[in-house]
This record gives sequence, C-alpha cells and structure tokens, in this order.
Amino acid sequence: MKFLVQNQPCYAYTGGKPYDAGNPALVFIHGAANDHSVWHLQSRYFAHHGWNVLAIDLPGHGRSAGQPRASIREYSQWLIAFLDNANIRRAALVGHSMGSLIALDTALVAPDRVTSMVLIGASTPMPVSDTLLAAAKDNTASAIEMLVAWGHGPRARLGASTVPGASLTGTYRRLLERAHAGVLHADLAACNAYAVAPDALAGLRTPALILAGDRDQMTPSKASAGLAKQLSHSALVTLPGAGHGMMYEDPDRTTDAMLTFLKRTLG
Amino acid sequence: MHAGQSPDSATGARAVPIHQTASFVFPDTDHAASLFNLERAGHVYSRLSNPTVSVLEERMAALDNGAAAIATASGQAALHLAIATLMGSGGHIVASSALYGGSHNLLHYTLSRFGISTTFVSPRDIDAWRAAIRPETRLLFGETVGNPGLDVLDVPTVAALAHEHGLPLLVDATLTTPCLSRPIDQGADLVLHSATKFLSGHGVVIGGVLVDGGTFDWDASGKFPALTEPYDGFHGMVFSEESTVGAFALRARREGLRDFGACMAPMTAFQILQGIETLHLRMPRHVSSARTIAQFLSTHAAVASVCHPDLGSHPDHALAKRLLPNGSGGVLSFELKGSREVARQAGRKFIEKLSLFSHLANIGDAKSLVIHPASTTHFRMDATALQAAGIGEGTIRLSIGLEHPDDLIEDLSRALHASQK
Repeated sequence: MKFLVQNQPCYAYTGGKPYDAGNPALVFIHGAANDHSVWHLQSRYFAHHGWNVLAIDLPGHGRSAGQPRASIREYSQWLIAFLDNANIRRAALVGHSMGSLIALDTALVAPDRVTSMVLIGASTPMPVSDTLLAAAKDNTASAIEMLVAWGHGPRARLGASTVPGASLTGTYRRLLERAHAGVLHADLAACNAYAVAPDALAGLRTPALILAGDRDQMTPSKASAGLAKQLSHSALVTLPGAGHGMMYEDPDRTTDAMLTFLKRTLG
Repeated sequence: MHAGQSPDSATGARAVPIHQTASFVFPDTDHAASLFNLERAGHVYSRLSNPTVSVLEERMAALDNGAAAIATASGQAALHLAIATLMGSGGHIVASSALYGGSHNLLHYTLSRFGISTTFVSPRDIDAWRAAIRPETRLLFGETVGNPGLDVLDVPTVAALAHEHGLPLLVDATLTTPCLSRPIDQGADLVLHSATKFLSGHGVVIGGVLVDGGTFDWDASGKFPALTEPYDGFHGMVFSEESTVGAFALRARREGLRDFGACMAPMTAFQILQGIETLHLRMPRHVSSARTIAQFLSTHAAVASVCHPDLGSHPDHALAKRLLPNGSGGVLSFELKGSREVARQAGRKFIEKLSLFSHLANIGDAKSLVIHPASTTHFRMDATALQAAGIGEGTIRLSIGLEHPDDLIEDLSRALHASQK
C-alpha cells in the first residue's frame, strides 16, 4: 500500500489483508538497511488476527522513496507524519533494532499516539563498533559480512531455518546488498548517536515488551534487560538460542510473545 | 557440512533424521490455518516441504551462496520448475546449444507443445545470445560446463547481457557443483543441479535442486507478472512484496511444487546429504584423475582428439582457468581416429572391452562411467544439433570416478588397443 509522507511516496505491507481502519493499528518498523519483508510472518499473522497491519519501508529503504534520515529523531518525526497520513490516531509499534529506537523515540515524543510497543533487539544506548561503521561508510562487503555474522545466533548461522528451503543468512545478506549506497552507514550512525535521558525512560508510561535473544551479539540480552529495567511499564522475554534477528530466527516464539502482550495491552 | 541442520532437539540425533511422513500434525486449528496462510513457518505436507528435504535445500542455498533452494524429484524437474515459474505460453528462452540431451528435449520438443519456444545459440558466441533475445524472452539458460562438449559458459558475460535486458540467467551447474563453481557469485540469478550426479556421488538416487540467488530484481524488470502482480491462486499474494529477495523461490514452492508436484522424497534427500558431506573431498580427486586421463588420452595413437577444459588445446581453456580455477570437473570426451564409420565401430569395440568403466547413462558416480552420446543420451538430436552440441558420431564421454587413476589408465589402454583390431 502506498502513502505520501513528507512529500515522498512510501510503502507499507498490510500483511495480505486490506487496510482496515476498524481494526487496531499495528505498525512494524524494520532495522538498519532492512525493509518490511523481515516481518513477513508476524505481519501476515497479525493482519489475519484482527489487526490493521502496516509494515513500513522507512524512507530510502525498500519500496519507499527519499533518503534515509540522519537521526532516530528524524525517523520518529517521519513515523508520526506517516501515522497522520494513514489516518491512524493511535498505534501499537513493533520495532527491530534501529526500528526499536524509532518506536521508543516516537513514544517519548508523542506518547498519546502509541498504545504499546514491542522492542526487539533493543538497547539504549545502541553502540555500533568503529570497525563496522568504517566498513559501512566505504560500502564494503565486509560490513555486510560483519552484520551477517554478528546479527544471527549460532543456530541461525548454521541454518535450520523454520521457513522451508530459506537460508536465513543468505536472505539477510541479499537484503543488505539491495540497500542503496549510504543507507547502511546512515542507519548505523543514527543508532550509534541516539541517546535518551534515564529520567525520560523512567517517565514513559507506554506499555512495552522487550524481546531479547540470549545469543544476541548486536544488542546483548543484558543490555535489553537494562532497558526493560529503566522502563517502568515493561516486560522482558528472553528467547533462548536466538540472536539479533528474533522475528525470523525464532518466529513462532516471537509471534506468541507479541500475541500475549498485545492482547493484554489491547484489553 | 553443517548448514541447514542443528542436532535434533527431541532426540539429540547428530545425523539428519529421515522424516518419512506424508503429513505433519497441527497443534490446533488456528495453527493449521496460520501454516497454510504463511503466517507461521513450518511443514504441512511433504509435497510442499519436509524437514529432511529442507536440510538439503538450506545446505545447497548455503553452498551456492543463494537465498533459498528447492529440492525436486530430478534435475529435469528443477529445470521445469524454473521455467514454469517464470513464464507461460508465449514465453521464449535463449539457451546454450551445448546442453545435456534431456534439457534439449524439454526445451526443443516438449515445451514448444505448451507454447514456450527456445532459440539455441553457441555458448561461446555472445553476439548470438544478444541477437536471439526477443521482447517475449524471459530467461537465458546454459551449463557451467556443457555436456558432453565441455564448453565453458562465460557466466559473467552472459549474466551481464541478461541483466541489460531485464532478464535472469539460469545456470545448470551439475558438472561443477559448488565445489568448483558458484555461478551466483559470477552473476547468475538461478542455479540448478542434477543432484543425482556429483552432489550425491553414489549413483543411488534421482534428484534435483533449484537455487534462488535472491539477486534478481523482478519488479525493476517488469517482465514477470507472476512474481510482481497479485496471484489469485494464493489470495492475491504479490510474491515480490511478500519476500523482497525470495519471491522466485516462494512462488516456485507455493505454486510449482504445490501444483506440478515434482517434490523430492525424504530418503532421497538424506542420501544426497550423505554425498554432499564428502563433496569437497571427492571433487578434487575427480578433477585430478580427469586431468591425468585427459593427458594420457591426448598422447594415445588411437585417439584423434580429447576434450577437457583443463587441457591447453580446449578452446575454453583460458576461460576455464579464470572461472574454474579449481578444475573443470570429472567429465571428458574424446574422439577415436578414423572415418565416421570406422570411428563408430572402434568406439563400440572400445566400450565393450572396458572392464572398470561401466557403460551406462549417468555421470558423477564414484565409479567411472562411459557412454556413446550420439546413440544414447543425445540420440533424439539431428546431425545439425549434434554438431552444435559438439558431439560427433565417434564421440565417447567418460565420467572419471574415484578409482586409482593407474587402474583406469590400464583399463583404457587395454580397450583402446582392442578397438584398433
């Protein structure tokens, strides 16, 4: 489905169901240099279980035009403009990695627009190594290989995808290769630079589910647990064996944890 | 060795378990509906997917540096699945003239009955590839190393041409396997294997694999509505929206395996996986023995010519050194001296006098194999097509196995001597 946000066309996948304003809105926000397809299972599941799903492609990503934004705050401002354009007053936000920071920042900037949030592979701060940033700046294949290696748990790196015939690392590598020049570095730099004051987190009343993978090397589960502690209305679920890409490394447990949380917050 | 499998969580089994079952029990009705509707991942029915087969698929996707793979009942089924996913009646293919005879049959005789036509071009003639592309062309197709002429496909050049025209390149890598060549790394978009051959190495199963590189941008091409427009056969799913990099594999499984049904049996996948575990050990032996035997034959008085890309005399030798630095594989062909009829008679005697080489229609076995293509694998081709494929009346194809090369040379020497009597 196409929208016009900040004068640029953007795309959101609706999970195989038509946009339905009568259902509660659930907005999925992907991570650095990714697109909506990382959510293909969860977006279809929730769209077919009573939610108005919008799995967005951020500006400059996937099917959305424009340039990547320079900061998480600019992305969250874009997201609020997206909600306005899509006639969504309030939405539950689901973010992965950089997307989790965008969801969190949106809740901080516009708490009345966010009913709840699911933060997957999340931490604040979200430091990115100088080595990775430098490799991403030069658009080298080594940046992609670092993300393939660090972005998956050991089980996912060896394979054993739950989607028959799909290689998790192969799919992820190809997705990163498709990103436009400069996008990966811009996104990683935005993650690296994002900072939020502890009292702002403590004051946030938006219910949050933090999903952590106990083999996550990008946002270690300890860091995710630290974020959960700082948020006063949060729950932490740690997925055993999962790395940074929980929604495709362990899709059923991710969906089930989201379902339990979203049902509760909706009620 | 490991890709695609973790030790079985229920039993601890280290080997890949053989899930010999047609169907899989659903925990509840909602889960069942979610599996059918691609809201949850998992297995429903073994025609669509099976855990044992999926290990092979994922391992092949990893070995070929692809995004996904689909195992099929045979290499022919993999070729058919690729074509049927990309085009229907009215579609056109540009293919190398140096193809396995079965592939030539499918393209030239059978698919034309369903409205899909093919123009065959010399794999070495890039201008001919270019000239053959039409508005209705949907695929370029060749073999890494042709069979039995051993023509080496210039994958980067043909891929660049395909991409200039918004078309994908499909490469049959049966003779080279991922051990010697990874066509996706060289620009190809799709790769197929007859897993019956070197991947298995034991010659006990029939199977195929189709690998989706995930590299081709179907939307940008605009020529593949089956992948970029709503599909009524799956609730209006637009495959390229559903899966940015795996649209082809998704449609091939959800339509092609579902409806054509040429799936792989779990036991077959298990046996191919056993072969792949030693692929990296076997292929260097195939290559070194083939080189030794090619050298032997090229100096033999009864032999007119020997065809193997690792020989300096092969027209693609320089290309092979560049694209296949670890060797061009274990298959070679040669011509016996003499007029057409003499060579044919000598060839018959030669084959019948061999004792270690088995006379049969296959390649890539641990045991050495021999065949006369003009009267067997390529017998449906007319003289012109045979010539285009580099096959003479007296061409003999050898698939060099894992026996000691000295034993093979002794066997060949005896049979060559007998052939001249």
